[in-house]
Amino acid sequence: MDLQAIAFYVLSAVTIGSALMVVTARNPVHSVLFLITTFFTCAGLFVMLGAEFLAMLLVVVYVGAVAVLFLFVVMMLDVDFGSLRSGFARYLPIGGVAAAVLLGEMILVASAVGDRGAAVTTHYGASPYSNTEQIGRVLYTDYIYFFEAAGMVLLVAMIGAIVLTLRHKPGIKRQVIADQTARSASNGMRIITDVKIGQGIDA
Amino acid sequence: MNAFLLQYLPILVFMGIAAVIGSAFLVAAFTLAPRDPDPEKISAYECGFNAFEDARMKFDVRFYLVSILFIIFDLEVAFLFPWAVSLMKLPHNTQVFAFWSMFTFLFILTVGFVYEWKKGALEWE
Amino acid sequence: MNFWATPVGWSLMTVGGVMAVTVGVLVSLAFLLLADRKIWAGVQMRKGPNVVGPFGLMQSFADFLKFVLKEPIIPAGADKIVFIIAPLITYILAFGSWAVIPFAPGWVVSNINVGILYLLGVSSLGVYGVIMGGWASNSKYPFLGALRSAAQMVSYEVSIGLIILTVILLAGSMNLSTIVEHQAGGFWNWNMLGGGGWKNWPLIVVMFPMMVIFFISALAETNRPPFDLSEAESELVAGFQVEYSSTPYLLFMIGEYANIVLMCAMLSVLFMGGWTSPIPLPFLHLPFWLSEVVSFFWMAVKMGFWFFMFAMVKAIVPRYRYDQLMRLGWKVFLPTSLVCVVAVSAWRVFVVGS
Repeated sequence: MDLQAIAFYVLSAVTIGSALMVVTARNPVHSVLFLITTFFTCAGLFVMLGAEFLAMLLVVVYVGAVAVLFLFVVMMLDVDFGSLRSGFARYLPIGGVAAAVLLGEMILVASAVGDRGAAVTTHYGASPYSNTEQIGRVLYTDYIYFFEAAGMVLLVAMIGAIVLTLRHKPGIKRQVIADQTARSASNGMRIITDVKIGQGIDA
Repeated sequence: MNAFLLQYLPILVFMGIAAVIGSAFLVAAFTLAPRDPDPEKISAYECGFNAFEDARMKFDVRFYLVSILFIIFDLEVAFLFPWAVSLMKLPHNTQVFAFWSMFTFLFILTVGFVYEWKKGALEWE
Repeated sequence: MNFWATPVGWSLMTVGGVMAVTVGVLVSLAFLLLADRKIWAGVQMRKGPNVVGPFGLMQSFADFLKFVLKEPIIPAGADKIVFIIAPLITYILAFGSWAVIPFAPGWVVSNINVGILYLLGVSSLGVYGVIMGGWASNSKYPFLGALRSAAQMVSYEVSIGLIILTVILLAGSMNLSTIVEHQAGGFWNWNMLGGGGWKNWPLIVVMFPMMVIFFISALAETNRPPFDLSEAESELVAGFQVEYSSTPYLLFMIGEYANIVLMCAMLSVLFMGGWTSPIPLPFLHLPFWLSEVVSFFWMAVKMGFWFFMFAMVKAIVPRYRYDQLMRLGWKVFLPTSLVCVVAVSAWRVFVVGS
């Protein structure tokens, strides 16, 4: 068995093991940390396939951004995870069916792709272009509709996030830098003369 | 093992060695240094009184909003990387087309950016 | 067969290279930490550390010994495993990113095609050390510090990504060595001046501000003053590291400084031509090994320059308020760098490309 095979089996074992821990860990924060490990080893598997760009994107986007949000939510929101867990047995059949359907679909897709021969094409070394460049050569020209549609999806996500979470607190004073810098001596202060002794001044 | 993966192996070695050195530091402190904990020493840092409650609490929803917006912009940047790498290597016609297709993409997202600016989502209160 | 191509030779070379970079970074960190304190002291007309060794040169090593011999405290309410792992993660990630930095032609541990993306990914993971440390401590100050610092690091990462894109547009590659070679030949080819000789000089109006914004974002990304809100002494005592002592704290500190120096290296590589000489020196006819050393010398000089800037900013600039920090990141840097990406690509496509 060569080094590449060993690396593959180690990475897959860690992926599956930590994915299991995501579901079974008692502490929700620990399960997010296991989720991060899963993402990380998946990135390793992508590298082994020669898809270095996808691997790095997985790290940048999922580990660096999405999992941070998960961690935020889990660490800092007072969700009672004990009560969520009590429904585990009740939802097990439905969840099992959904998982079985997904598994069946993935097998169908994999066998369909395998029949067309995609699985045996050479991945790296054959093309003069790097992995990233190959994506760049087609994504913005041949697949432009999908690309712009992705832009629209991001726009919807952005607006949705704001509509759902943005609440303004009333009575907040904000710093207006333009006002501050536009202030001059003439409108910023007032010279007071002839103050009567013992009477003070009323603002 | 092929040349492509051989470029990635050193990263693994590097992180492994860093892990060993880091753990060595930790182990050194836990073995060499004195250990004499008492209840005051290991209590959470507070200003002169004992902590009232668990330190982990709810906080402003704005922090979530920031991280959601970050995910969206991060994805946008991720879409731009292959474009930036390949743009100058395309034939000129395709190049112009790719430029405008990216321009449209950025324009769509700028609409969202203007929306959140106007809504005050970028204001910190 | 060449010995270095055999598995044994390859392993020896890799481990040797990794150890050279790790030890080099650790030792130079010791002196840079001292330099930081000396510069800071100089600005405030103090002497700074001057007792241990000549001119206080041994100060950092004395500090190291002290850290190792201090009692490590784990707070009673802490999540012990996460509490110990957090500084370790900070340390591993801070050093792991050095794997792709080229110090001289061929002097790079791992020359991958997506080097910049790797750096971006690893630096975006740096936030985990902070969040995990702050959460595991189970104390109010670390918690608030971690929260602030996470939102801050995340906000500035977007503009860092966009700035990196302008550099990729100029170089046409994400490989750091290729980016440096693209700027070879003299300072007029550096990316901060448009990255491609005289005909690209109009791009200086875009690229020079990009470098400045990258520098400021790097300050925010590494939690350096004036953006050190996560550990603002006057409000949060020491932020996410309040509960840390001894070597767990030391790991956080080494990680922080390794990240700062890494940012110096990135600034040099992306904008100032990395190992290339500012003026071409072909007339010297240097032997091969000497030219490598000279290349390394230039890289070190540039990194030293940027570290000096980091130290001066810490000494001179007052701390930002949190709303100002968020405003700067989201409302100034993000739109500016977005417009600059479009400007650079338009220049490349319509002026240079046609």
